[in-house]
Amino acid sequence: MPKVPGLVKGLGVTFGEMVKTLKDGPQTTLYPHEREVPTPRARGVISLHEENCTACMLCARECPDWCIFIEAHKYLAPPRREGGKPRQKNALDRFDIDFSLCMYCGICVEVCPFEALFWSPEHEYSEVHIADLLHDKSRLGQWMQTVPEFEAYEAGSEAKVKKVPRN
Amino acid sequence: MTLLLASFDPPYWLSTLIKVLVISAVVPTTALILGMVFLFKVMSWMQSRLGPQEAGPRGTLQLLADGVKFLQKEDIAPNGADLFIFKIAPLVVLMSTLLLYVALPASAHLVISDLDVGVFYVMAVSSLSVLGVLMAGWASANKYSLMGGLRAAGQLIAYELPMVLAVLGVVIQAGTLSLNGIVFAQADGSIFGWDAIGNPYILTQFVGFAIFLAAVQAELTQPPFDMPVAESEIVSGYQVEYTGFRFLIFFLAEFATAFVFAGVASILFLGGWAVPWLDTSSDWYYVLGPIVLFAKVMLVSFLIFWIRFTYPRFREDQLQSFAWKFLIPLALVNIVVTAVLKVVL
Amino acid sequence: MTATSDPTQLSELAARATDNRVNLDFETEGMTLNMGPQHPATHGTLRIVARLDGEQVVSAEPIPGYMHRGYEKLTEVRSYPQINTLVNRIDWLGSFANEVPFILAAERLMGVEAPPRAQWIRTILFELSRIANISLFLGDYGLQLGGMTAGFYAFRDREHVLNQIEAATGGRFHPNYDRIGGLKDDLPKGWIANTHNAMDKILAFCDEMDDLLIGNEIFQSRTRGIGVIPADIALSYGLSGANLRASGVDWDLRRDSCPPGLVYDQVDWKVWTHPDGDCFGRTWVRFQETREAALIVKQLLDTIPSGPVMAKVPRIIKVPEGEAYVETENPLGAMGYYIVSKGDLVPFRVKIRSASFNNISVVPWVARGAYVPDLISILGSLYFILGDIDR
Repeated sequence: MPKVPGLVKGLGVTFGEMVKTLKDGPQTTLYPHEREVPTPRARGVISLHEENCTACMLCARECPDWCIFIEAHKYLAPPRREGGKPRQKNALDRFDIDFSLCMYCGICVEVCPFEALFWSPEHEYSEVHIADLLHDKSRLGQWMQTVPEFEAYEAGSEAKVKKVPRN
Repeated sequence: MTLLLASFDPPYWLSTLIKVLVISAVVPTTALILGMVFLFKVMSWMQSRLGPQEAGPRGTLQLLADGVKFLQKEDIAPNGADLFIFKIAPLVVLMSTLLLYVALPASAHLVISDLDVGVFYVMAVSSLSVLGVLMAGWASANKYSLMGGLRAAGQLIAYELPMVLAVLGVVIQAGTLSLNGIVFAQADGSIFGWDAIGNPYILTQFVGFAIFLAAVQAELTQPPFDMPVAESEIVSGYQVEYTGFRFLIFFLAEFATAFVFAGVASILFLGGWAVPWLDTSSDWYYVLGPIVLFAKVMLVSFLIFWIRFTYPRFREDQLQSFAWKFLIPLALVNIVVTAVLKVVL
Repeated sequence: MTATSDPTQLSELAARATDNRVNLDFETEGMTLNMGPQHPATHGTLRIVARLDGEQVVSAEPIPGYMHRGYEKLTEVRSYPQINTLVNRIDWLGSFANEVPFILAAERLMGVEAPPRAQWIRTILFELSRIANISLFLGDYGLQLGGMTAGFYAFRDREHVLNQIEAATGGRFHPNYDRIGGLKDDLPKGWIANTHNAMDKILAFCDEMDDLLIGNEIFQSRTRGIGVIPADIALSYGLSGANLRASGVDWDLRRDSCPPGLVYDQVDWKVWTHPDGDCFGRTWVRFQETREAALIVKQLLDTIPSGPVMAKVPRIIKVPEGEAYVETENPLGAMGYYIVSKGDLVPFRVKIRSASFNNISVVPWVARGAYVPDLISILGSLYFILGDIDR
């Protein structure tokens, strides 16, 4: 016949847990009345800082799902100095990210040489229609407001904290 | 008050109608209350969460919402099922539950039918649900249901015996089979001359109480004895093909039976609807009786559900050997010791 | 009755398995039970076709493949950073652990070694993913055996580990943090102190599980003596990880053949084995491993060296020609990647040796003669994840 102690200890664990839940509250958050705050690095949504983007297409190429759609045209910008040559620049016509395909890997953010893409922990953007999950240039620009500042690093680190462009 | 109720002498058809209405109101309500409090709330608190919160204030009307959901579902039966047996199987289980409520007294006079052989009737009628379970398991045309039904047949029959034998100790001590008689015996009894709290049989029949609770746990197919309804193996066993209203009947029957067995346990062992300092012929019991019984039922149900939420389940053969090789001999020893002490003391 | 090694009984069982009239005395027919792709007890879409005699299993055959996603074909057309992202999703409960052998094999081909700080953090995250994976096993095994409360406790306490992984990498389930030559980014401020707290909570969780589940007599009667796998059978079927250690074989890749890139030799830790090869042994070994992993993490946290987290690697990764195979002690067992490179951006062939595929190959052997509830117990204790079996 089984010894009593093991069975009794189990009962004690559940009873103690019940008392703790009634006293201190549950361990769950009652969404949507309470919300959890994700960490600053959480990969919620990608935001675009259009001034930095030169339409080099690296992000679109490296994306494993091919969910970034870029269209750009070249135009001639006025020369920097008097009497110089007009410079050829790219202007973005279309920069869409299809979040129904995106797998939130972060390769596009990492690979961008001009630091035009940033992660934001904002995650509550579900839609009723799947076509609305295609975020266009302006919406991606709006997400920039939710991008948090880069955190300081742990002691012993040699990495430098980058700055998020705000304007 | 007695005069008022004594003058209320309804004709037979009216009293029968009242009794039918009372049962049909009480049975779903008790199932709802037990399900709500224990299955949703207490289980959630034991698991560090709060349970349903949206339906009703603090989620108290969740089961009502679930009931409505079940009622509006499509009535489907599996393809190869034996339709007639498939459809009446839940009703057989519910019928045994309803018959159990007939004998349960909430007070000296608040009882549907004050039977002289109340205990015997309760034990006999509770075993009718085995038929319903077997019918459900066979008629579902599903191998998992069949396995569940067969396991249930073995288990429910095996645990009838310890239940009956555990109760016999109480009957020997009380000297009567009537449920109200047992309540009177406990309320009017005394412990070696000290009658401040009457003589609740849990003090002397603690072995019987433990066996009765274990047998009740098995009769309700709750963990740790829930092989017939093992959720993670045969996914609800004999109930797996039932949806909608039929599943609601199984669910109601399970929780209502839990309530009535807890009620029987509190009557047999805890003193039932009587409180020790109030004489059992008092008129207060018309109101106080149900409340006291309800409180004691909640206590016993807490024990039953606490064990349910904590332990993993036994395997079928371990279950059977626990019943046949441990509980029954223990219950027999309990009866012998009770009988001897009853004669001696 | 459990699996037997008696030759007469075995041959009799084998004969019964082929004969349709399973019980020759009673002239009854056996029942074929399909624990199909959708079943609560198989961790995902595994199908087990069992032939039963009453409640006793005469033969059981696992049929995997319902979650085959074509990983090895995908790796032929993806570049290394992209493969790193995909590989997270093989064993999705301890996902950082999938990246590690792949990155180590690529580093070996490229001839780079990550700086010490990166190696430390890599090992810490590796152990954190082990804790996340195995603490879920403890809860889930309780769920399968009927003690539903254990499952909730496991999910609740695993949150602490996932929060720490998210704070460092940005993703709770799919970190995508390891890079050839180091790590993506350094740790945020306060991470070390928070992870110490999380490890204390995990140790408290282990004590709670000890009382609730492992010390429970009902649990022990369900798992002791069930599904015994002797050591030689375990070795011949290619079991690895805790399954092998529970059969008494003292074999741990972290200690025996630790590849450069992980720092297990800098930590004082213990390998746990169990002499019986039964379900209880496997549970017990994993339980002790969770505690050990928490202690390893605490030691590593106190000794992280300072420095960079990324070695000098070119921006566009072109791995030179060659072949490399690296195997590590993942939470589920021994996972290995065999990379064949022809000097391109994209590997020529990546072969993934996943632990669970070999772990479930022993199911037909171990299920003979077991009851159906014991089959559930055995499957739960072998602990496979479908993504790992099917890739």
